Amino acid sequence: MISPGAQRPTQRQLTVSQWLGQNLFATWSNTLLTLVCLAGLGLVGGMICRWLLLYADLAVISTNLRLFWVGRYPLAQTWRLWGILTIASGTLAISWTLLVSLQRRTLMAWIALGLVNGAFSLAGGLTWGIISGLCLWIVGGLSLGQFLRHRHPTLPWLWLLPVQWVLALVTTLWLLGGGWGLTPVSTAFWNGLLLTVLLAVISIGLSFPLGILLALGRRSSLPVIRGLCVIYIEGMRGLPLIGVLFMAQVMVPLVLPPSMQLDQVLRGIIGLTLFSAAYLAENVRGGLQSIPPGQTEAAQALGLSAPLVLGLIVLPQALRAVIPALVGQFIGLFKDTSLLAIVGLVELTRMGRSILAQPQFQGRYLEVYLFTGLIYWICCYGLSMGSRRIEAILKVGQR
Amino acid sequence: MMRLLLKFFCRGCPPWVWRWGTQVLVLILVVWMGAYGWTNLVYNLQRLNLSLGFGFLQNQAGFNLGEAPIAFSSTDSYAWAFWVGWLNSLRVIGAGLILTTLLGVLLGLAGVAQNWLARNLALVYVEVIRNTPLLLQLFFLYGVLFLSLPPGAPAIQWVGWLYLSHQGVSLRSLVFLPGAWVWGLWGMLGLGTLLVLWKWQPWPGGVGMRKLVAGGAIATLIATLIAAFLTGHSPLGWDAPYLDPNQQVQGGLSLSAEFVALLLGLTLHTAAFIAEIVRGSLLAVPRGQWEAATALGLKPRLRMRLVIFPQALRIIVPPLTSQYLNLAKNSSLAIAIGYPDLYAVATTTLNQTGRAVEVVGLLMTVYLSLSLLIAGGMNLLNRQIQRGGVA
Repeated sequence: MISPGAQRPTQRQLTVSQWLGQNLFATWSNTLLTLVCLAGLGLVGGMICRWLLLYADLAVISTNLRLFWVGRYPLAQTWRLWGILTIASGTLAISWTLLVSLQRRTLMAWIALGLVNGAFSLAGGLTWGIISGLCLWIVGGLSLGQFLRHRHPTLPWLWLLPVQWVLALVTTLWLLGGGWGLTPVSTAFWNGLLLTVLLAVISIGLSFPLGILLALGRRSSLPVIRGLCVIYIEGMRGLPLIGVLFMAQVMVPLVLPPSMQLDQVLRGIIGLTLFSAAYLAENVRGGLQSIPPGQTEAAQALGLSAPLVLGLIVLPQALRAVIPALVGQFIGLFKDTSLLAIVGLVELTRMGRSILAQPQFQGRYLEVYLFTGLIYWICCYGLSMGSRRIEAILKVGQR
Repeated sequence: MMRLLLKFFCRGCPPWVWRWGTQVLVLILVVWMGAYGWTNLVYNLQRLNLSLGFGFLQNQAGFNLGEAPIAFSSTDSYAWAFWVGWLNSLRVIGAGLILTTLLGVLLGLAGVAQNWLARNLALVYVEVIRNTPLLLQLFFLYGVLFLSLPPGAPAIQWVGWLYLSHQGVSLRSLVFLPGAWVWGLWGMLGLGTLLVLWKWQPWPGGVGMRKLVAGGAIATLIATLIAAFLTGHSPLGWDAPYLDPNQQVQGGLSLSAEFVALLLGLTLHTAAFIAEIVRGSLLAVPRGQWEAATALGLKPRLRMRLVIFPQALRIIVPPLTSQYLNLAKNSSLAIAIGYPDLYAVATTTLNQTGRAVEVVGLLMTVYLSLSLLIAGGMNLLNRQIQRGGVA
């Protein structure tokens, strides 16, 4: 065991054998542990290699790639999906540089990616060309964000971001669903990763303000409001998510008048939001509790009214303190969208299941589930990496 | 008049009016929403020709359950089906809690190990599991471990110890032999005496003497057990699975594919989260404690057991509680792979009877009470630990 955070004496360059001796073969029990780990690693590695070389059939992935990404969205309307990707990546790029200072490395990586895809497109294939264009578009977005921040450093970019996001989301929904001059596409055709991301983003966006309200309500000095919030939060946290989603699918239509029937996707979002808000409220409450009362008192002494104390002094500090917990909750929500597969939405997990039902690919569990898992993993790991960068910028836990 | 009203509402208004006004308004809003929902519900139920009431629970269920720890057939009532489903849920939750704690603590310890390989393997495990959904992991385990096997004879056989087939797993297990109750009585008596002696402490000599007596008692128990094994009077025996001439597995502890996949999935998933809690808590014990323990000449294992872990335990327990709750609630994902737990039974019942309100209400009550039970138990434990009782 190493003592945590111990200040080591001046680093000494270790030879390979010294390193091995200290890290893998220090004592006999340590050596035994190393050998057991190596044996396990060898066993698993051998199995994976054998499977990859002898049994794996990646055709199930390559032929169904479109289903994984967007499901049964009409082929003729594919341009709308590219449009959505353009909006989303542009929004993300600008937000990223507005929050986190741009590194030359990042820019170079995107340019390189664009060039590589461009080269692919020369060999044939429109898709590569479009992706190449997207990469350059992202480069443009990153640069624009950087430019804006340097040109007008005093503007409150952090508060303008939500506006930009809402605009992007509204446009996305319009492009997806159609109407107002576009061919309508029923939500039954919003499938795959597209639906997963959409569900997650909207639910996160809705549950965040609801969670803050609940947290404030729970800390309120008014007994009725506090009581209601406690009942809601504790009740929700005692239920399984699948139960809540099921309730949203079954009960919501019953408590609404027959003339007002909600779409299945919307009901899924309602369930996810109501559930996630209770957990978010607890995270936010932790942050609120971490703010010393002196902050509130000082703000009141300055003559700020109650909403201003909250909005300018308490909440910004409280939210910053719990960014890691909030991101953890968002990652959880992203993974939880998979549960909607059980109540009948064809998102990524359910798409994998229905691909397995294709007669020519029956029994290809490993390929399909590993690929699906990889997609989830990249999204979640990317989120946590991004949050770590933002934490570093906002100096969480350093003030 | 206008001026009076204006004055009352804007300036002269005492704070209590605001306080109570807001609360009454919120209350009215909530009650109105409830009433609105209720009216619609009653109207919708009338439209669908349904009534409210739990009478249907006495009706014949008419469906079969894949497995049942107690007797169940399709002629039994819905109420009995719910009870069997609940027992199935408890079975997987109980086993899951124990296994996931063991694995989680082990992985957490590996996360701070000196051994580079063990540390990084634990890290990779945690990062892979935490960033993929549990539902997908369940599908994966069920599909790869069981569904992809050919039906019929077991595909994996460790003769006498383990058989794995399309239908499930059979394991060698320990069972009580007929004379076991005598042993049980004897053991209880011994344990009771030991406990009395331990509390009462009728001898001089303090802790050392107590340990000696307890050690002696336990050694005697083990020695008698060994003697019993050697002479063939053992209370415990092996129940080994075997293949009969029709290539069917007989005997042993036989577990269904659904149960094993669900248990494995819940255990492996929750263990990754528990490992992170344990690792974080160990690292949160102040550095001085590690150094002081080392300076006292404690070996790594003793240092962990006597100094670090007891202190880390105080940090571990509250988040561990919420992981236990997660495991209990996540057991409802059983429906995805066809294990007949409470939630699965409830869904089937709902599909057959259309009694959404009653079924959802029942389901929520049961899961809420289970959550409260686990949280309550863990809070008791937490109070003990924070007081410095257990260490």
